[in-house]
Parts: sequence; C-alpha cells; structure tokens
Amino acid sequence: MKADQSLDCVGLYCPIPIVKTAEKIKQLKSGEVLEIVADDKGIKLDMPAWCEATGHEFLGIEEEGNEIKVYVKKTH
Amino acid sequence: MEEKEKLTIAVLSGDLERALAAFMLATTGAAMGMEVNMFFTFWGLNIIKKNEGSIKSKGLMRKMLNLMNRGGSKRLKLSRFNMLGLGTWMMKRLMKDTNMPSVDEYITMAHEMGVNLIGCTTTCGVMGIAPEEETFRSEVETLSGATYFLNLARQSKVTLFI
Repeated sequence: MKADQSLDCVGLYCPIPIVKTAEKIKQLKSGEVLEIVADDKGIKLDMPAWCEATGHEFLGIEEEGNEIKVYVKKTH
Repeated sequence: MEEKEKLTIAVLSGDLERALAAFMLATTGAAMGMEVNMFFTFWGLNIIKKNEGSIKSKGLMRKMLNLMNRGGSKRLKLSRFNMLGLGTWMMKRLMKDTNMPSVDEYITMAHEMGVNLIGCTTTCGVMGIAPEEETFRSEVETLSGATYFLNLARQSKVTLFI
C-alpha cells in the first residue's frame, strides 16, 4: 500500500506506537496516508481501536515475517 | 469541535507496576484524544514527589513516616519479587531492553500530552507532606480534595482506580 509518510515503531511496545502515531498524524494533511511499521502484535487490534476512537480511517494491515505494516488515513 | 471524552484515574498505589499501568493508560487515553486527569492519593503521592532533596514535615511521627516513605518516581518498588531491590532492578533492566519508558519518562510524556496531574491535599495533611512546589514535581499543577476528583469522575466516560 502506498503511504505519504512512514513511522518506524519496530522494537516498541504498547502504548508507545499509538502515542507516536497520535503525534505523527498531526504532521499529515487530511486525506494523506500514514504507514506505521511495528513488530508488537498488539498493534493489530490497537490501531483499529485508536482509529475508532479518533475518527481516522483504518485502511489495513500488511505482514511480512515479524514486520507488521499498518495504514491509517487522516480524515480530519 | 465537540467536547472531549474524559478519562479519570485515581492512583492510590505507589507500586512500580501499578504506576506504570496508570501512566500507560493515561498516555494512551491522551493519544486517543481524551481529556485525562490523574488523581494521586495515599501511596500514589510517592509517584509525583520530587526525586531530589528532602521532604519537609512536622512532628516526630510524620517525620518518621516521610523518612521511611520518601517516595519519588525513581524509588518505586515492585509489589512482588522486590527481593531487597534486586527484582525491581531486574525489571527496570528488562524495561530498558524493550524500550519501555521509565515512570519518570512517563510523567514527562504524560505532561507533554496534556494529562493533568492532581495531588490529594487530604493525604498531604494526614501524612504531613507540605503540598507545595518543594514537595511535588513541576508537572503537578493541581492540588485538590475528593470532591474535585468525584466531579471529574461524574463527567467521565471512563474512571479507573489503581
């Protein structure tokens, strides 16, 4: 999936990837896509939950080995 | 914009793992766009005491209590497996290895994210802690009693007691 910006969260555990995502998304324009690269499996349920709470759009997950890529579209 | 949902956390415990859990939830709540208030009471006050200097108090019993119960985010211990500090030291090592912030770092992070830290004035009174700048870290901007906490809890979507 194509993204406008990427955030490296490899080696970080909950809730730091979410905290960093909340910070990073401020730098994006509405409609842009943020890619979060992580290896803590918790993010697979945490990121959709974060999107539900904040109203941003959860686009999906891509997994390669231990690497989990999560895509979020900024909506506001 | 609509009013933010509120998360209110009462922190009674000064155990390392409970302090961590409280700050993990507080920072997550703030990241989720919630307004977060943390109310520290009893042993929980130890988390927000300054690490440096001494804690001033009046009277022999309170002086003794504050000597034994110095507090400060860097002095917190695990409730289990402390083993004279060895267990706590090991846990801190493991946390560092997994890039987990310390309680000290969590306090700074929470403050930067707009989490409001509130000290309980009643506990300060009973334990003889001066509820002032010299006792608490600069991140603590509010001191209050139970009513302020309950009024926040009343308006909150989520209230936790740790």
